Amino acid sequence: MARLTPENVELAHRIIARYPRPKSATIPLCHLAQEQDGWLTDEAMVHVAELVGCTPAEVLGTASFYEMFKRHETGRYCLNVCTNISCQLLGGEELLEHAEQVLGVRPGGTTSDGMFTLEDVECIAACTEAPAVQVNYRYFHRLGPDDLDQLITDLRSGALDDVVPHHGTLGRVHQDLDGDRIANITPPEAQTEPVWIRRHRELAESNDGGAS
Amino acid sequence: MSEPPRRIEITEPVTITVDGREVTAQNGEWLIDACERNDAYIPRFCYHPRMEPVGMCRMCLVEVDTGRGPALQPSCMLPVTPGMSVDTTNDKVAKAQDGVLEFLLSNHPLDCPVCDKGGECPLQDQTMAYGPGESRFVEEKRHYEKPIPISETVFLDRERCILCDRCTRFASDVAGDPLIHFIDRGSQTEIATFPDEPFASYFSGNTVQICPVGALTAKPYRFRARPWDLEEVESTCTSCSVGCRVTIQSSRNQLVRYQGVDSDPVNWSWLCDKGRFGHEASNSEDRLREPMRRSEDGALRVAQWSDALGAAAAAIRSVDPSRVAVLGGARLTNESQYAWTKLAKSVIGTDHVDAQLGDGLPAEVVLGLPGASIDDVCAKGGTVLYLGPDPKEELPVLYLRLRHAAVSDSVRIVECSPMRSGLSPYAAASLQYAPGELPALVAALCSGDVPDGGVAGVDADTVRSAAALLDGIDDLSVVVGRANLAETAGVVVDAIDAVRSARPGARYLSALRRGNVRGALEAGMSPGLLPGRTTIATGSATWTEAWGAVPTAAGLDGLGILDAAAEGRLDVLILLGADPLTDAADRSLARRAIAGAGTVISLDSLPSASTLQSDIVLPVAAFGECDGTTTNLEGRVTVLHQKVTPPGTARTDWMIAAELALRLGGDLGVESSQVELWDELVKHSAPHDGLSSAALAAQEDPDGLLLPLDATIELAATTPTNVPPRSADSLRLVVNRTLYDSGSAISHCASSAALVPEASVRLSPADAAAMGLETGTFVTVASSHGSVSVPAVVDPGVPGGAAVVRHNLESVDAGVLVDAADPVCDVRVELR
Repeated sequence: MARLTPENVELAHRIIARYPRPKSATIPLCHLAQEQDGWLTDEAMVHVAELVGCTPAEVLGTASFYEMFKRHETGRYCLNVCTNISCQLLGGEELLEHAEQVLGVRPGGTTSDGMFTLEDVECIAACTEAPAVQVNYRYFHRLGPDDLDQLITDLRSGALDDVVPHHGTLGRVHQDLDGDRIANITPPEAQTEPVWIRRHRELAESNDGGAS
Repeated sequence: MSEPPRRIEITEPVTITVDGREVTAQNGEWLIDACERNDAYIPRFCYHPRMEPVGMCRMCLVEVDTGRGPALQPSCMLPVTPGMSVDTTNDKVAKAQDGVLEFLLSNHPLDCPVCDKGGECPLQDQTMAYGPGESRFVEEKRHYEKPIPISETVFLDRERCILCDRCTRFASDVAGDPLIHFIDRGSQTEIATFPDEPFASYFSGNTVQICPVGALTAKPYRFRARPWDLEEVESTCTSCSVGCRVTIQSSRNQLVRYQGVDSDPVNWSWLCDKGRFGHEASNSEDRLREPMRRSEDGALRVAQWSDALGAAAAAIRSVDPSRVAVLGGARLTNESQYAWTKLAKSVIGTDHVDAQLGDGLPAEVVLGLPGASIDDVCAKGGTVLYLGPDPKEELPVLYLRLRHAAVSDSVRIVECSPMRSGLSPYAAASLQYAPGELPALVAALCSGDVPDGGVAGVDADTVRSAAALLDGIDDLSVVVGRANLAETAGVVVDAIDAVRSARPGARYLSALRRGNVRGALEAGMSPGLLPGRTTIATGSATWTEAWGAVPTAAGLDGLGILDAAAEGRLDVLILLGADPLTDAADRSLARRAIAGAGTVISLDSLPSASTLQSDIVLPVAAFGECDGTTTNLEGRVTVLHQKVTPPGTARTDWMIAAELALRLGGDLGVESSQVELWDELVKHSAPHDGLSSAALAAQEDPDGLLLPLDATIELAATTPTNVPPRSADSLRLVVNRTLYDSGSAISHCASSAALVPEASVRLSPADAAAMGLETGTFVTVASSHGSVSVPAVVDPGVPGGAAVVRHNLESVDAGVLVDAADPVCDVRVELR
């Protein structure tokens, strides 16, 4: 663990070649390192610096801005429980407390088996589905304590391996939302008006219809 | 310390209104500068006149009306436009400044009573002037471990930091060493290095100087003095020949700090750490305080000045003048150099005088080539052919200027070097040539005539594309120097000849390292030379009239003196601050010379290998302990000031010369002060015309006066150096210098001594692979002269066929490999 493997170095060179300046590949290469190790190690940052021709301090300065680059050992599953306003009103804090008890760690901690890192997060843009949880940035909506227990059991057993890849994995498994929950799949060029204006109009029309 | 605005020449005047007054400013300059120049100082923390503004601290908010109504804008990022109306003091501005300060102070620890910055702190001063009387922030302040070392010399206190981005901008934009950075940007932003990778920049001390709070402090100054106890004078750093302007600060007759002064043609307020922390060597316990003489039992014992000088005079008087030689003196003041030249060449009557130890360039070359100033070399859009040593290692602030020229002023640098240097990343072309083959490479670059097989080990395409950069450039600036001490000066002279014949319009800057080497040559401290850029042939009449007698034939140069001493042809060898035993490129020659010279008289401020071997040791005043003038590598004469008294009974070099002259029956004509010596030189020397002590003292700015750049010495035709081909089983040696070496200036400097690198031999990846060795493998490097054992380092910056060792590192004596008589040095590298 640590520096990039020979296969990843080869991939790194291909990534660097996509940019006019090698330094522009800093963030993609940090992702690559995090995918390899599950978190961004110091050795990996040194290696990325060598590959893009800057100093490790610059890589650290860049990577440390981004919450999703983990600079401490992180479990296979990073469990983010939202406690921002919508989720809080609908039981997010209780859910977090439940998760603490079930996993036996405080937010920021990692279970001793290296499976879970628990995080208390601010709004993750799923207020309509509160309380919401992310596992490795894949959403799980409207969870109660029992749902969370089941989720943890499923993750431990590997039942969700197809849905939730290991922490750090990039773009292999895409978001899986029910069709009616997808906000807008019309390509921008085919749209006549922004989706939120259309929804607003549709809602207003249906309300009018109900009233008359 | 507040930085004065850069003096500028107004070429595009526009009229703006500042606080109701109409003033003239340069179109496009930053508003903050225009206001300051017009007596409306705007407070600031992050803005520094030598760096690009970032608008980070918001302290410089002023109300500006550009025709769209008044609005608060940061004046450090606002270019002046015609008709702009600025209010720097109204209530709205005052409230903004007050608010910014309240925010900045909300997490500031206010530990001013124990902070080194207290008393000279912009945050403290501006809070007093513009800030709130009290804070509404009653919550617990942020706490961090404090202070933490971020390098051997610099400490960081994150609680005091106001995140102005000055140090990080300096590190990345000015020094090119981005080893400190903002991390965890957001509400937890802090300055940090990468774990276990310290801020090991040669320029780290500048961040301490420009820090607007006490967040960065330097180990050599921490808790040593309070600003209001400091006394200061302005002077010029003589640690290398760039001649950076400095403020010398002392407390209780002890040097405690040097701060850079903004000299526009030279250092732009920057200093290197070697120069900045050089006062540690001056304060060293080891300083030579009393004269010493070798007694009957062979030990050096403290002696009276009269005894030591009497013995020195007796030794000189008892022998033929042709058996006396003076070596060194490149670190003396101009006046001391002149005094010693006059003593040697007129009173003693020897011409065996050389300020350089065979590791510089011949005096006729330095004084005979049309000169270029640093500003000429760095002029916007110019083209530079760089044939000198690694400037980052030898002339650090020249490196900063060249780097800025390349990065910001579109100067194209074509660098020819024996291995990649600190300058290489910024050069438009960087060619690594085989040692000894620089003349052929330069000839090919200037003519564009490149054989298909390449030249000097550089492939044809690389040479051709570099030659294209030089094509048609007649006003080329050429930086020349000794990049490889294992190669004779003749090779560099041949390369210069190649440029001269191809580009007659080229101008030259000699990148020689020692503090006042240029002044030494101007003062005639070289065989065959007399002061004022004259030779025995051209200057005899003038200087015979001035001195009474001058040598009639050229004497021995530095290497010749060492050779003669080694062969027993010298009875008295006087070392003026020179330490051939650690500093000469050919170490065994130096050893034989010191052993073979009859009486060795050493003038030095610190003990060195050579002073310990000397028969008479005379302690001299160091930097900051004597008045005078110095000349930098361009030929710029600036004034040096004394700040403290020398330790013990140490005297200034010229006083010793004057005293010796009297004891030898002569007279240097100096009664009371070095000014008499300088004015005597100025009176008789044509190039020094107009540089009298009165003219220098009348200077208002710190820039000094430049000697004429045009040559007055005729260059003699030289015979090309014959470099033998390299045999296939050997590598060609490169010996180059590093900033922190084992010289006495560093080894007696507590904070720098730890930075001296381990010795190694650097090899190209191809050669290392062929020999089956990797970084860390111990190898034996053997020349026909000697051998050393060192760990190998595989370095892609080294061209195939070369082996690079650093000069003068205590751990390995690489000097034993070199024979000064050979044009190049071939070595075999073998697994031990």
